[in-house]
Amino acid sequence: MKSILVSFMSGIVFAVGLGVGGMTQPAKVVGFLDFAGNWDPSLAFVMLGAIGVHSLFYRMLRNRSSSRFSLAISLPSRTEIDSRLIGGSVTFGLGWGIAGYCPGPALTSLASGNSSAVIVSVAMIAGIFAFDLRRVLSAREVSTENTSGQVTEDM
Amino acid sequence: MENFTPVASLMGGILIGLSASAMLLFNGKIAGISGIVGGLVDLKKNDTLWRAAFVGGLVTGGFILRLFAPQAFEFGIVRSGGALALAGFMVGLGARVANGCTSGHGVCGISRFSVRSIVATVIFIAAGAAAVYVVNHLLGGII
Repeated sequence: MKSILVSFMSGIVFAVGLGVGGMTQPAKVVGFLDFAGNWDPSLAFVMLGAIGVHSLFYRMLRNRSSSRFSLAISLPSRTEIDSRLIGGSVTFGLGWGIAGYCPGPALTSLASGNSSAVIVSVAMIAGIFAFDLRRVLSAREVSTENTSGQVTEDM
Repeated sequence: MENFTPVASLMGGILIGLSASAMLLFNGKIAGISGIVGGLVDLKKNDTLWRAAFVGGLVTGGFILRLFAPQAFEFGIVRSGGALALAGFMVGLGARVANGCTSGHGVCGISRFSVRSIVATVIFIAAGAAAVYVVNHLLGGII
């Protein structure tokens, strides 16, 4: 139960951080990506702050075998640069540049009451679920055929 | 650069970093938004609840912003509903295919010095810049 509370509180802090940092304003995201125009480097400072803090805490965790709540630590182990990583990132990046929302700010903006934000967020959830429904269904097919299951690792 | 907000953006980033760190240190989980949402599709004991709680926290945080800082939701660009729907779908699908988005690769992955995440981040920023170039400089800022 403690871990569920930490998840909920972390979600709140994450959303407030996105809002304070400017990530929930599409014009600001587009401004950051507009290198040929009136470039606004603000969002680089969001990344700087987040990576600065998180890389320090990550160092604290490296020698631990489980979390402070004695839960398993699930870190991605993949290293390959494959067509999925590249194609997925291109698709995500194009959508991000057009709409001005990445997933966290889109979900946070569900609370904004702004219809444009809600359209992006609902469509984004549909895109995520399209992928994961296919993943779950194909994993079931594989398991009913009694062969080894597909292993996917989430970031 | 009249909209440059380095201090607020740095503060926001620090909050995001603290949130991601709490998820990892206490729960052993990566705060990758697209992956957290995607995992909601298969209902599993000891897995679904923390995901739902995090997403619920995001939306609750959104309501807190709406209450105390509604300017955080200023839209500020001109986009048709169709463009937004298509782009939103691409954001969700692309992030899942790439196994991560701005949070999973851009923050958590880079913090672990993962080359895969650094490559993904460079690619999605470049693709985003290409899309913005087309929209802002070839289409006059409207799509």
